Amino acid sequence: MSERRIRVLVAKPGLDGHDRGAKVVARALRDAGMEVIYTGLRQTPEMVAEAALQEDVDVVGLSVLSGAHMALVPRILELLKANGQEHVKVFVGGIIPDEDIPRLQGMGVVGIYGPGTITKDIIQDIRDSVLGESVS
Amino acid sequence: MTLAPSILAGDRLALARLLSKIENNLKEGLVSLNELFPHTGRAHLVGVTGAPGTGKSSLVNRLAHYYRHPPQGQTAQTVAIIAVDPSSPFTGGAILGDRVRMQDLAGDSGVFIRSMAARGSLGGLAQATASLVQVFDAAGFEIILIETVGAGQAEVDIARLAHTTLVVEAPGLGDEIQAIKAGILEIADILVVNKADRPGVESTERSLKNMLQFGHPTSRSMRLEGNVDCGEDAATLDASTLWTPIILRTVATQGDGVPELASAISSHYQYLHETGKWEDKERARLQNELDGLLKDVLVTRWRATIPRSKYQDALNKLVARRMSPHQAVADLLDGGSSR
Repeated sequence: MSERRIRVLVAKPGLDGHDRGAKVVARALRDAGMEVIYTGLRQTPEMVAEAALQEDVDVVGLSVLSGAHMALVPRILELLKANGQEHVKVFVGGIIPDEDIPRLQGMGVVGIYGPGTITKDIIQDIRDSVLGESVS
Repeated sequence: MTLAPSILAGDRLALARLLSKIENNLKEGLVSLNELFPHTGRAHLVGVTGAPGTGKSSLVNRLAHYYRHPPQGQTAQTVAIIAVDPSSPFTGGAILGDRVRMQDLAGDSGVFIRSMAARGSLGGLAQATASLVQVFDAAGFEIILIETVGAGQAEVDIARLAHTTLVVEAPGLGDEIQAIKAGILEIADILVVNKADRPGVESTERSLKNMLQFGHPTSRSMRLEGNVDCGEDAATLDASTLWTPIILRTVATQGDGVPELASAISSHYQYLHETGKWEDKERARLQNELDGLLKDVLVTRWRATIPRSKYQDALNKLVARRMSPHQAVADLLDGGSSR
């Protein structure tokens, strides 16, 4: 009898101190039956990658409102890869200017969500990306 | 090849992967666990339990930090932390938030923190917690801190698993009657009054002291439900080898009282070794695990042998009040001979 639960790390890298959005998303994912590891504010990319490794998550959800996403997100992707976790799906939420979206996607970010996103869409995207190809 | 050799060699990603495979009950995980088992039995397992909001996670954070940065002259010890939080009974989802309080431990390769959802288990731990402990033990972590779900009165599984159990209290949570009830306070080897900078700390401490004084020395071997084949009886009790729980004040957010707590934990460790209780605890713990597994496997095997319709039929009779639950069991197992 095996029970597959999607594990998601919800993290706020960088210096902005507003985590209501991250909490709303964490709660929605919980209600969708996922196990959400919530790490709180002001995480360095190293802390995010370390938590992703120890928790063996399927998904990392990053909330960035500070405008520092073009510095923080690539660094986190790089660290995940260096740790052997290139299979982890990375999602970004927050204030991301349109012109940055294709650049982030090009680096491997699976989904990007701005204000007004419906949590149902995030849940569906996570399920598709994790369960769509998973074996173990 | 299994993940076991990589884990013994210190590969952290392999360790994290195996923990998931065991949590998900995958065969591959159990095979690795079998291989790792001979390497277990060295770590000191320290349980931390108490009501929600008493500061368990903050205390675990401070304790782990202390073990990593002990006063001069003492050697740092490696620490694994398993933090269990509840799963939703409706969706099975969970928010695992204990890491929020454990930021001080980031970037230290001598620490490994793993959050765990209880996944429907009710005793304060998850079903796979004991197995995860074994993996950390085999991987060479010297201290394993196990933080339970925020526990009320009866979540005492931790005392069966850990060598040393801390029960964390905070001022203002209950009167003296709460303190003499059976259950969670009884299992404490060390009682911690956290948030000791808050008003009411004296009265909380006094209630706990009184509780300990009311009690006459009792055997502290856990009873295994429905199993008399274990533990010491009253005749073999020697009061001089009984452990008297220690009461300590801490302020986890400031780190106050943490060195004293670490030293109380280490005196309990010495006590267990000097009195031979370490071996008793190991034996009781493994017996508990063996019995639990036997029950699961026996039920699963038996269920596979009887037709679903027969089981449904018995359930229907129960619902219609034509049979009591005890009669239904007798009916299913022996064809109703005890009716």
